[in-house]
Amino acid sequence: MVTEAKPKTKRQIVTLTINGDEHVSLVKVNTTLLDLLREEFDYTGTKKGCELGDCGACTVLLDGEPVNSCLILAVEADGRSVTTIEGLEKNGKLDVVQEAFVNHGAIQCGYCSPGMILSSRALLNRNPSPTEREVRDAIAGNLCRCTGYVKIVEAVLAASAESKA
Amino acid sequence: MSEPAAKKEQYSVIGKSVPKVDAYDKATGRARYTGDLKVPNALVGKILRSPHAHARIISIDTSKAEQLPGVKAVITAKDVPSVMYGISPARYDENIFAVEKVLYVGDKVAAVAAVDEETAVKALNLIDVEYEVLPPVLDPFRAMDPDQPQLHEQYPRNISVEIHQNFGDVDKALADAYHVRTDTFSGTRAAHVPMEPHAALSKWEGGKLTITCSTQSPHYFQYHIARVFGLKMGDVRVLKSYVGGGFGGKLEPSGAEYVSAALAMKTGRPVKLVFDRWEVFVHHRGRHPQHITLTTGVTKEGKLLGCHARFIIDGGAYTSLGIASAYYAGAMLPLIYMFDHYRFDGFRVHTNLPSCGAQRGHGAPQPRFAFESQLDMIAKDLGMDSIDIRLVNARKPDTMTPNEFKVNSCAFTEAIQKARRISGWDEKKGKLASGKGIGIGCGGFISGNGYPIYRTRLPHAGAVIKVSEQGDIATLYTGAVDIGQGSDTVLAQMAAEAMGIDFEDIKLVTADTETTPHDFGAYASRQTLMSGWAVKEAGEEVRRQVLELAAEMLEANVEDMNVDRRVIYVKGSPEKSIPFERVANEFFITRGPLVGRGKYAPPKLGGSFKGAPVGTSPAYSFAAQISQVETDEETGQVMVTDVWDVHDCGQVINPTLLHAQVEGALFMGMGEAMYEAMVFDANGKPLNANLGDYRIPTALDVPQVVSDLVDSYEPAGPWGVKEVGEGATLPTMGSYANAIYDAIGIRIYDMPLTPEKVWRAIEQRKRQEREAAEKK
Ligand code: FES
Ligand code: FES
Repeated sequence: MVTEAKPKTKRQIVTLTINGDEHVSLVKVNTTLLDLLREEFDYTGTKKGCELGDCGACTVLLDGEPVNSCLILAVEADGRSVTTIEGLEKNGKLDVVQEAFVNHGAIQCGYCSPGMILSSRALLNRNPSPTEREVRDAIAGNLCRCTGYVKIVEAVLAASAESKA
Repeated sequence: MSEPAAKKEQYSVIGKSVPKVDAYDKATGRARYTGDLKVPNALVGKILRSPHAHARIISIDTSKAEQLPGVKAVITAKDVPSVMYGISPARYDENIFAVEKVLYVGDKVAAVAAVDEETAVKALNLIDVEYEVLPPVLDPFRAMDPDQPQLHEQYPRNISVEIHQNFGDVDKALADAYHVRTDTFSGTRAAHVPMEPHAALSKWEGGKLTITCSTQSPHYFQYHIARVFGLKMGDVRVLKSYVGGGFGGKLEPSGAEYVSAALAMKTGRPVKLVFDRWEVFVHHRGRHPQHITLTTGVTKEGKLLGCHARFIIDGGAYTSLGIASAYYAGAMLPLIYMFDHYRFDGFRVHTNLPSCGAQRGHGAPQPRFAFESQLDMIAKDLGMDSIDIRLVNARKPDTMTPNEFKVNSCAFTEAIQKARRISGWDEKKGKLASGKGIGIGCGGFISGNGYPIYRTRLPHAGAVIKVSEQGDIATLYTGAVDIGQGSDTVLAQMAAEAMGIDFEDIKLVTADTETTPHDFGAYASRQTLMSGWAVKEAGEEVRRQVLELAAEMLEANVEDMNVDRRVIYVKGSPEKSIPFERVANEFFITRGPLVGRGKYAPPKLGGSFKGAPVGTSPAYSFAAQISQVETDEETGQVMVTDVWDVHDCGQVINPTLLHAQVEGALFMGMGEAMYEAMVFDANGKPLNANLGDYRIPTALDVPQVVSDLVDSYEPAGPWGVKEVGEGATLPTMGSYANAIYDAIGIRIYDMPLTPEKVWRAIEQRKRQEREAAEKK
C-alpha cells in the first residue's frame, strides 16, 4: 500500500494541430491524447467507451490515419496533426460521410458515431470506392450496440457514391 | 382490424422517414452526453468496489485517503442514509454502500471526490478495507440447498422469488396429448453493453439536488433518490443529456447518481461520476441466465394442447428489477401460440455474482428460445414442417391468452407466411447444400406495461404542447426518454400530425422531471404507444382551440374546419383559408397562451391471480424471423448469412427508425445467441469484464438483413401503433438454433452457440456414427 504521495508526475510541453488550429499544452506525461482532447480542449465529440483500445469510440485521425486516442499518449502526438469529429464540418457544411449518416438513419444513440464517421472518412480518403466488405473491414474496430451496422454500412457506401457523383 | 387504406394516405407527417431530430448534433460531435458535461468547480467521483464475491466488512479506514492532497471527501455507508432501495418495498435490498457484507465482486464499499481522476484513483488505493472472506454461492442449482451460505437474511434458502401460476388443467392436457416432449435449455448472463458507460453529474444548491445522468427514466430515479435521501420529490430534479444507449441497463439507478449526489452534498461542489467499462460489466443488471425445462404436449396434427414450464433463474446478488424479469419469463410464453393449459413454476435465486435485471425483451428471450427450439423438435417428431406447425398454432386477433392477456390486433399468421415467402423457405428447407441450414423463430412483446413500475396512481404518460406567441413553432414537453431509439423524433412527428403543422415546426423539451410532465420513460417498449397517446391528445387539444378561433375568424362552423400542414381551411371551400400562425397569434393576443395537454393511462388489464399484472399490455407485437446459416464442420464456426424478419408492429410512424430498431435488436439477439456470456472464476471474479474478452458483434459478423412488415392496425394505439424495439430480440436465438440444427443435425440446448460447442457436438456425432458403423 502506498502511503506517501509519489513524486509529481513529469510534465512536458506538447504542440499539436487540432482541426487545423495550433494548440500548446503542458501535459502530464501519462495523459492520453483522448483526455487531452476532452479535458483540456473540450473536444468532447471524441468519446470514451473503454479506455483499452477495444471500442473505437475515441477514434481520431492522427496525420490522417484513424487511431484509438485512448491508446496514444498526448506526448506522442507532439508536432502532429489531429482531426476530431468537430473538424469534419467545413464552413457549416457537413462532410458527405456525416450527411450520409444523418440521412440513412445510421445514428441511433450516437455514441459510436464520431469514431465510426472518422474511420469511414479515413477509408474513403484512401479508397474512394470501397466494396461492402472493405467498409466492414474499415469499421470493424468501431463497436456499435444500436444499429447492427446495417444502416452504417449503407451510409458509407452512399457517401462513396455521392463523392463520385 | 385494418384501417381503410384511404385514411392512411391522409397523414402528412407520420408514416414518413424524417431524419432523427438529434442526428445532426450526433454526427458533428455537438451532442454532449453526461460524461462530456463541464461545470465550474466540479469534482471527480470514484467508487471503491469489493474485490471479493462474498465477504464481511470488518473495518474501513479512510484516514490515509482523506489526507491525500486534492481529496475533498471520502464516504462510506456511515456517511449516507441507510434507506434501502429496489423494485418494491418488500424487496428493497440495496444500500448506497454495502453495510455489513459485500455480495459480489464490484459491490460498492466507499467513494471519493477529488480534484481530478488521477487523485481520485490514488485515494481509492489508500482506503484500507479489512474483509473476512466468506464462501461464495456461485451455482444457481445449489443456491437453495440448506448447506449453502445465505446472502440476505430476508430471503431464506437464497430464494429471491418463487412463482407458481397454473391455468387450465395441464396434467390432463399432457395426458390427452398424442405426443409429449420434455427438454431443458439454458441461457447466459449476457450484458447490455451500452457504448456510453453509466454516468451522473450531481449538484446540491440551496437544498435542491439536480442530477443530470444517463437514464432511461428520470421520473423513476427521482422517486428513489428523493426517498433515499429523505427529500421532497420537488427538491430533486433529474434530467438527462444525450444518452448513449440503455437496453434496460439504465432503467434503475446504478449508484452513479446516489454516490455523486452524496458526494455533492458533502462537499458542496458539483460531482461528476462516470463508470469505467469494468464497472459497467460488474454492475450488470443484464440478462438473467435461465435454466428452462419445458414439457409440452401436442395432437397428432401438431396442435399445442398444454405446456408446463419450470425455471431456475440466476438472479445474482440483489433483486434489482429481477422479480419482474422472473415473472416475465413465464408470463410471455403463451403469448404467440394458442393453447389453453399452461403451468409455470419458477425460482429466482441469489448468487454472489453481478445482479441481473431488465434487458431488452426482459425475461422473455431465453424462454422464447427454449420454446422455439422445442417446437421445432416436436415438428420433426411429427414429420411436420417447422412453419406449418407454427401456422397451426399461431395466435389470432381478438383472443385471450390462458393468463388473461387480451390480444387485439394480431397479424402473426401473415407475418409467418410472408417470412416463408421472402426467404424462399419452401425451396430451401431440407434442400440446402451440406453445412447450410435454414430455421425459423418467432416472438411477440408488450407495447408498454399495463401497470406502473412502482405503486402509484399517476397516469403512465403526460404531455404538454405550447405554441409560440407568433404561432410559428410549437414546443412539445414530454417526459419520454430518447436513449437513441428515436422517441423524440417519433413523438415530434405525432405532435405535428395531431396539430396539423409541419415536423420542422416542432421543438422539444424532454426527459426532465422539472420542466416536463411525468412519463415513466423508456422501458417495456412503451413510449410510441403510451407517450404517443399523451402527445396525440395534447396536439388535438391545440388543434381544437385553433380551429374554434379560426371558425370565428372565418365565420364558419367549427365542424367544417380542418388544418393540414399549417393551412386552416373550410372543408369543401378551400378558398376560405387562414394560416395556422395567424390564428395561433390571435389566440395568444385575445385569450392567452395556446397550450394543449394530454395524458395516458391504460385501461384495467389482466386477471386477478398473483403476478397477473406482469405481461399485461394494451397491445402486443408479433414477429417471425427466418435465418440461414453456414457451418464449418472442421472448426465449428457458424456464420449467419441471411435473416428475414417480418414484424407486425401496427402502423408505422417512421419506417427508417422502425427498421433500425429491428436491425439493432436482431443483432443483439445474435450476440446473445452466438458469443455473449459473462464468465467468472471459481471465486466469482469476472474473467471477461471488458470489450476485448466479452465479444459483441462487430461489423464483420453481421448477416444480410431484410426487415419487412405486415399490414396491421392496433385499435389500442394512437394511429394504430404497436411496439418494435424489444420484440425483435425475441425470435433470434431460436431461429439461429433451428437453422444450425437444419445445417448439421445437431441440437444445442445451451447458449451461446459457440464454435467450440458446435465443434464438440459435431465430433460427438461423428464418433457415434463411427461406432454405429463399426457395430454393423
Ligand atoms: S475508448 Fe478508446 S478504444 Fe474504447
Ligand atoms: S448508435 Fe449507439 S452505439 Fe452506435
